[in-house]
Amino acid sequence: MTAGKYLQIAFGVIVIAALIVVPMNFNRYGLFILSQWAVMTIAAMGLNLTLGYAGQVSLAQGAFVGIGAYAAAIMTSNGLPLIAALGVAIVLCFAIGWILGYPALRVQHHYLAFVTLAFSTLAFLVFRNEDWLTKGIYGISNIPRPEIFGFPTRRPLPFYYLCLGSLGIVSLAVWWLIRSPWGRAFVALRENPVRALSLGIDTRRYTLMAFAIGSALGGVAGTLYAPLTQYVDPVPFSLALSLDLLMMVIVGGSGFFFGPFLGAMIAVLLPEWLRFTQGYYLMLYAVAVILLLIYSPTGILGILDRYMAERRTKAASALRAVAKSRLETAP
Amino acid sequence: MTAVLEVTNIKKSFGGIHAVNGVSFDVQEGEILGLIGPNGCGKSTLFNCILGQLTPSDGEVKVDGKVVTGMRPSELNGLGVSRTFQLLQVFPKLSVRENLILAGQEHQGNMLSRLLGPSDAGLTAAADQMIGFFKLDHLAKEPAGGLSYGQQKLLDAAMAFMGGPRLVLLDEPAGGVNLTMLADLKDRLRAINQEKRATFVVIEHNMEFVMSLCTRVMVMAEGKVLAVGSPAEVRANPAVIEAYLGH
Repeated sequence: MTAGKYLQIAFGVIVIAALIVVPMNFNRYGLFILSQWAVMTIAAMGLNLTLGYAGQVSLAQGAFVGIGAYAAAIMTSNGLPLIAALGVAIVLCFAIGWILGYPALRVQHHYLAFVTLAFSTLAFLVFRNEDWLTKGIYGISNIPRPEIFGFPTRRPLPFYYLCLGSLGIVSLAVWWLIRSPWGRAFVALRENPVRALSLGIDTRRYTLMAFAIGSALGGVAGTLYAPLTQYVDPVPFSLALSLDLLMMVIVGGSGFFFGPFLGAMIAVLLPEWLRFTQGYYLMLYAVAVILLLIYSPTGILGILDRYMAERRTKAASALRAVAKSRLETAP
Repeated sequence: MTAVLEVTNIKKSFGGIHAVNGVSFDVQEGEILGLIGPNGCGKSTLFNCILGQLTPSDGEVKVDGKVVTGMRPSELNGLGVSRTFQLLQVFPKLSVRENLILAGQEHQGNMLSRLLGPSDAGLTAAADQMIGFFKLDHLAKEPAGGLSYGQQKLLDAAMAFMGGPRLVLLDEPAGGVNLTMLADLKDRLRAINQEKRATFVVIEHNMEFVMSLCTRVMVMAEGKVLAVGSPAEVRANPAVIEAYLGH
């Protein structure tokens, strides 16, 4: 292992320790925001898989968070455990995501965006109008928080740890996935589907998988969202959430593993930090995002990536120069 | 000898243009068939019809005696048919090694083992062997997009061989490759042909390359086969000289 690797591991350990220790002193509101960050990161990781790695545009991730949230709200307020709701949400979102993937086999880019946008609207209408199931605009309140191995998570700190732990598990799973041959096939799908097909990669199956897995992660985020807010109504799962999640992926760095972590941090925390500017905070936020994307269309991690690439090129050309001068001075 | 590839009366039209107009030929095991002809004579379209990138308007394609007309390219690849493209088709963001692993991974195990198994699908050694074989050793970890054009062309060819194919269709492998590398490429192709008994069909405009590599040459003009024969026969054929080679 190189020194750089050790440095990375040390940095990771410090960040994880900080995420565990520092919030112990946070108040209820701070913990709520941080839990929200963890939940939104999970949803954005799902979208990053579909969009960032496999290159399939989706404006429906918010709808899958909604499906997960309603599954959790309906089931847990009827006395079923959250883990059962999680199972249902994963299976349901995986299946619907798979079906939503079919249009992607025919249309791409902004056409696909429109298909998924239509689905997003459809899901919102179901949340709002199917009163018998979702209680419509009145929403479902008093959603209980679960007990995990006998530990109640009713209080904000334990519930934050539940969100953080879930984020940890999802991160490991996604890390495994993108490093597996599947992850490589997703990238191939994004970069050159024609060539991928000629190398035996069943692009059809991988496209559907990218949609299904990404959507399932949206469902996972939803099952945490419901007990976090303890109240679910249709409004948070409108198209705006899908656009928010899309922005998290793009701003953080689409196709980078840590992109969603950063993107969700900016989308969830920055508005809070900018609150002191009162009426101006949304404007400042918008300007900051516009400037960032002008400077680096590949997001924040894109800047870092560019910097590293430049350093590598410089190092390589320095090596070449040395080799050349040795050749020239050789007797 | 058995025919690895049999093509019967393939036709493909785009609007009113008959790009390929009734082409039939077969390729025997271990053969290197050269496919030459002027630009726009239908060579690449013929490739695309054979490989399932395009559906032919008429005709039949058989691989090892099995009808494969209209099969998807990924299924054909599963049968041991591989190809390179006229324009560069490597994955620029993946490293050279990753490109090669990608090119071979779908031939290892099944979907589940590719998800739960090792991240390299057990192909690092095979990829590095291929890297050595094509003399790209020092570039294994470089992103493919950073390689020179000629090196990417070599990588492109190497990728076509990762799955251990029986039949490889190469579309202008020598285009834009410098002379030293060209000799290397020819040498490598010949070695794979002899050691692995792999069968090739090669589209190429570089006559020196075609005539020295191929065992048989087919000439196309205006969507039809103009002549087939040994390199010497083809070179001496008056119709070929008229249509393509020039005086």
